[in-house]
Amino acid sequence: MSILEVKNLSVSFKQYTTGMKQKELQVISDLNVNLEAGKILAVVGASGSGKSLLAHAILGVLPSNAKISGSMTYAGEELTYSRKIALRGKEIALVPQSVNYLDPLMKVGKQVRTSVRSGDPARKQKEAFERYHLTQKVEELYPFQLSGGMARRTLLSTAVVSGAKVIIADEPTPGLDPAVMKEALRHFRELADSGCAVMLITHDIDSALSIADEIAVFYAGTTVEIAPVADFTGKGEALRHPYSKALWQALPQNEFIPLPGTQPHASSLPPGCLFEPRCPWATAACRKGRPDMRELREGTVRCIHAT
Amino acid sequence: MQLDAKDVGFRYGNGEWLFRGVNFTINPGEIVGIVGPSGQGKTTFARILAGFENPIEGTVTLGGLPVKKKGYQPIQLVFQHPEKAINPRWKMQKSLREGWEPERALLEAFGIEQEWLTRWPNELSGGELQRFCVVRALGPETRFLIADEMTTMLDAITQAQIWHAVLEIAKKREMGVIVISHEAKLIERLCSRVVTLNKNE
Repeated sequence: MSILEVKNLSVSFKQYTTGMKQKELQVISDLNVNLEAGKILAVVGASGSGKSLLAHAILGVLPSNAKISGSMTYAGEELTYSRKIALRGKEIALVPQSVNYLDPLMKVGKQVRTSVRSGDPARKQKEAFERYHLTQKVEELYPFQLSGGMARRTLLSTAVVSGAKVIIADEPTPGLDPAVMKEALRHFRELADSGCAVMLITHDIDSALSIADEIAVFYAGTTVEIAPVADFTGKGEALRHPYSKALWQALPQNEFIPLPGTQPHASSLPPGCLFEPRCPWATAACRKGRPDMRELREGTVRCIHAT
Repeated sequence: MQLDAKDVGFRYGNGEWLFRGVNFTINPGEIVGIVGPSGQGKTTFARILAGFENPIEGTVTLGGLPVKKKGYQPIQLVFQHPEKAINPRWKMQKSLREGWEPERALLEAFGIEQEWLTRWPNELSGGELQRFCVVRALGPETRFLIADEMTTMLDAITQAQIWHAVLEIAKKREMGVIVISHEAKLIERLCSRVVTLNKNE
């Protein structure tokens, strides 16, 4: 059952260049994702591919110079700006990317307790801390006294005590040691199994594979492929998009082969397919316009050549 | 020239010891991983090796001598968050040339495009910024490079691009590299030796 659906989302920023001149920066183009109850969708892709912006668009926390088009629905109804404000932190919770999102002037135990909406805040906070191996001493610390990994675990605790139905975790794992990371990932899986929809934004494909149901691959602000996790195997033969294949082959445990070039900047997007300048399969037809997302073998792909 | 840390201990103020009695050695051209649970002082240890912090106990020596405090530092540290390691009010070319004048071929090896040089840091992605931070640290006098979660925030393709370029230079110049990372598979791919840092050592 779909809880949250994002259809053809585009986001652009209006920026001043010199004087009164303005330009539009297209940072997300025609993006589609679908979050289902009981499922984990992992979102992977390079930094600057629009992963965090998608999270911010869902929560309604984009800066005021952003222009949004496309549709978002939550539980079947349109997700308007006022609904986003009403739902965020209650039904839709965010595990933010940066540890800078903690309140620097509040002890971390208290920060976690203020997120609890039902039940005993102190008990829930203690349980969450225990789960993430944070000692009782940590409750009384301020964010600047925490290590990177401890701050990350505090952010996780904040989201899991909230009892939200949709959890959006924006890079929750970097800087965690393997034991704590495994525990955090297992907890996301448990939350999904109990009926939550989880969107896990990450560039760690390996951890995504261990818990997710589907993986959405982002490139230059759009979805290039959504595939079941089982397709990420071997040399990536089962993957549909050439970028997904390259990403898979670049992993240290696979070939560790880098694809040359970089993702295009939002100010100079290519006219046709966004991946065309780096694509080994590119032909003249690829420069003729943006390919649509189409269904292919249990997944979806945005490439005219994919088979 | 060997980099040597002997019986190094550190704590903030009168607090608990973060670690004590840490011994660590790395030879030119060697690529060594440092692993350990979070909060055990891996980053602090890296800062001590690179001279950002003085150890409370013990010594750090390069080729048997104390590491010089003035001029270009032969032990360079690259941080996890490039956006925090670059002056936001300098254009990229100024940050890039902070320590030395990198030649064009090196910029190409790291996939840095000429057009990026005139940009401001907030106009580039994390992966693009990190390329600048690595090149900035690779002056001819750099003997050891410490990569503290250097590619943790980057996607797999950018990670592979940066590491391939670094490994090539390390080989050519006989430069030692210390890799601090939680990613076991990356460490396994890069390092010939792995050291675990924990309190009991």
